Amino acid sequence: MGLAQTLLRSRALEALTSPHGVDRYLEIANPMWAAREVRARVVDVRREVDVPGHPPVATITLQPTSTWRGHRAGQHVQLGVEVAGARRTTRVFSISSPDSRAGDRFTVTMRANPDAPRDRQSVSRYLVERAPVGTVVHLSQAQGEFVLPNRVPDHVVLISGGSGITPVMSMLRSLQRRTHRGRVTFLHYAQSPDHQIFAAELDEVRRSGWGIDVHLLHPELGDPALSPAYLERLVPGYRDVPTWACGPAPLMSAVHAAYDGSEALHVEYFKLGTARPDGGAAGEPADGTVSFARSGVDVGNDGGTLLEQAEAAGLAPESGCRMGICLTCTTRKTEGTVRNVLTGETSSQPDEDIRICVSVPCTSTALDL
Amino acid sequence: MSTSTFDHLTPEQIEEFGEEMDALRQRLVADLGEADAAYIRTVVKRQRQLEIAGRALFYLPPAWPAAVAALSLSKIFDNMEIGHNVMHGQYDWMGDPGLNSRMYEWDTVCPSEQWKYSHNYIHHTFTNILGKDRDIGYGILRMDEDQQWRPYYLGNPVYAFLLMVFFEWGVLLHDLEVERIAAGEKTWAETKHLHRGMLRKVRNQTLKDYLLFPAVTGPFFVPTLIGNATANLVRNVWAFNIIFCGHFPSGVATFSREETEDETRGQWYLRQLLGSANITGSRLFHVMTGNLSHQIEHHLFPDLPARRYPEIAPEVREICERYGLAYNTGPLRKQLGSVARKILRLALPTRTPSYDGPEVVGEPAAA
Ligand code: FES
Repeated sequence: MGLAQTLLRSRALEALTSPHGVDRYLEIANPMWAAREVRARVVDVRREVDVPGHPPVATITLQPTSTWRGHRAGQHVQLGVEVAGARRTTRVFSISSPDSRAGDRFTVTMRANPDAPRDRQSVSRYLVERAPVGTVVHLSQAQGEFVLPNRVPDHVVLISGGSGITPVMSMLRSLQRRTHRGRVTFLHYAQSPDHQIFAAELDEVRRSGWGIDVHLLHPELGDPALSPAYLERLVPGYRDVPTWACGPAPLMSAVHAAYDGSEALHVEYFKLGTARPDGGAAGEPADGTVSFARSGVDVGNDGGTLLEQAEAAGLAPESGCRMGICLTCTTRKTEGTVRNVLTGETSSQPDEDIRICVSVPCTSTALDL
Repeated sequence: MSTSTFDHLTPEQIEEFGEEMDALRQRLVADLGEADAAYIRTVVKRQRQLEIAGRALFYLPPAWPAAVAALSLSKIFDNMEIGHNVMHGQYDWMGDPGLNSRMYEWDTVCPSEQWKYSHNYIHHTFTNILGKDRDIGYGILRMDEDQQWRPYYLGNPVYAFLLMVFFEWGVLLHDLEVERIAAGEKTWAETKHLHRGMLRKVRNQTLKDYLLFPAVTGPFFVPTLIGNATANLVRNVWAFNIIFCGHFPSGVATFSREETEDETRGQWYLRQLLGSANITGSRLFHVMTGNLSHQIEHHLFPDLPARRYPEIAPEVREICERYGLAYNTGPLRKQLGSVARKILRLALPTRTPSYDGPEVVGEPAAA
């Protein structure tokens, strides 16, 4: 950490810039200056897959601010963008480049979310299809426990499906860079060779050997699906070989079944921020459940406001005006589509702060309450 | 209660009035976007620039008045157009943590958390209900005929003057409800949960304005100290005056607990309208008041971006005219004069039943 950073994070400067904090002043001069917050500039957008009629996949190279603490292969990052300068939307993406150190450039690879309606904001769609080089995005620090241990085992199995390839690709690249001498079995499932992300690089890896077996499988074209028998053939005694797996739900259940509770298996779940985009319209019958995650209470959705439903379930969330003006009842919604009874607006974003006194759930909804 | 001017409306008409307000609200919400985001970001940028300029100009002794002016403006913008409005959640839809009602902290001694409770909840929900809205006289002044006169209120003008000079401290102490503690209705211990937050904020604010910034200007310690205190004073006087014009000019209605029980949405809108007053002025003036010069529109739609209030004001006024409702507005001097007269008049016991001058100022639409 340079002298400038030490100074920027000093108690003295914090006291002088109170109550707003140093970053609120720095960002005015240059969005890439920061003392604590993490932001990044898009320096490159490269199409990985572009099959007509299918959502494209792209790798975005990001130059983070010096506050970025680096990442370990397999981790993800929260990335927020402001489309048209107004609403900021944040989504989680896996990092595809190998381990990075503080302030290093890194890449995220993503498929443009096909479900997002055009007029709504989709982070992936914006970044893949429209974001100009130079766009500044907001980041968290790298997060997640889906990482390789410091001492890499002799034999490693990496399994992925679709865009779940990104974190394991980061691992593979890191292993190569760390000049891992052991064996790596790399299994990836894709719809067709045309849909293969990182095709050229994987081809290169396969041809150069170096103890990495690459298997690119396309079950729709007749390749074997993931099964214990198939795994056993590839990696005898695979249940005891340290394995990292990431992919869509059907693949993940097959992996779980095959490993049968083995401790060698590490998995990453994607929380997909794509609840039903249509939401529910006013007057639709209430359905689904309402989960109050912190209290561990689930109730059937009765169509009332979330505040009423919480109170009926015996919880005592904070509230004031009960008409949407004082914000006392603001609560984080982690999942589900809710409708604002004052405006009729529906919203499906995960991890969104809502006023529960004027929000009714349209789908199953989870609250941090 | 005073001056109820909606007796001519049937309950159905009141609900229709409320529906028109709801429709207006929905139209505004649907239209929020880039322009609102760009606006508030520009205001924040100007405020920070003014602040930096103000702090820096203290190094240049001849520029002292300019430094004080810049810093005063910075504090006014920070507290009013940015702080007050952001903390109402007007920009929460942007998803920017720097402009989020839950995270914003303002450049004044009152912790935002405590202010939000007494302001957003108590004042905006129970606006002008005697005995519920503590902003009627802030517990120290007599601002309504229906507040029982006591000899204590002979000091009304003095208390008002002191509140003006020390306004940020008055806002800080508001939540303690000192007057209720004095009356034995509340104990000091019941305010304990507030103390830590208060002390921390007071420490940070005073350290910055009265020790650190004076210290970093070295030989100009004393002029900087006086300058910072002056900027705080200017902000206090300005904010006090604008805010007092919002609910206290004559003609503004107050309500009793009984008549506001089981209020409908239409009645709520009506109370917000009749309990507030606007100030006319230039665009810059509106921005400097944080658009609280449009107190009526603010009370109707407290969580919508304040920059929209001037835009919808003509429409609100037109609706009021159609329903024969008073829309209380006037230039600053007139509204201030009216408030000042009220402060003086209410220092003395009410001379029933006459009062000086018409109750409804501004241009009440004919019923
Ligand atoms: S309780 Fe006041 S906004 Fe929900």
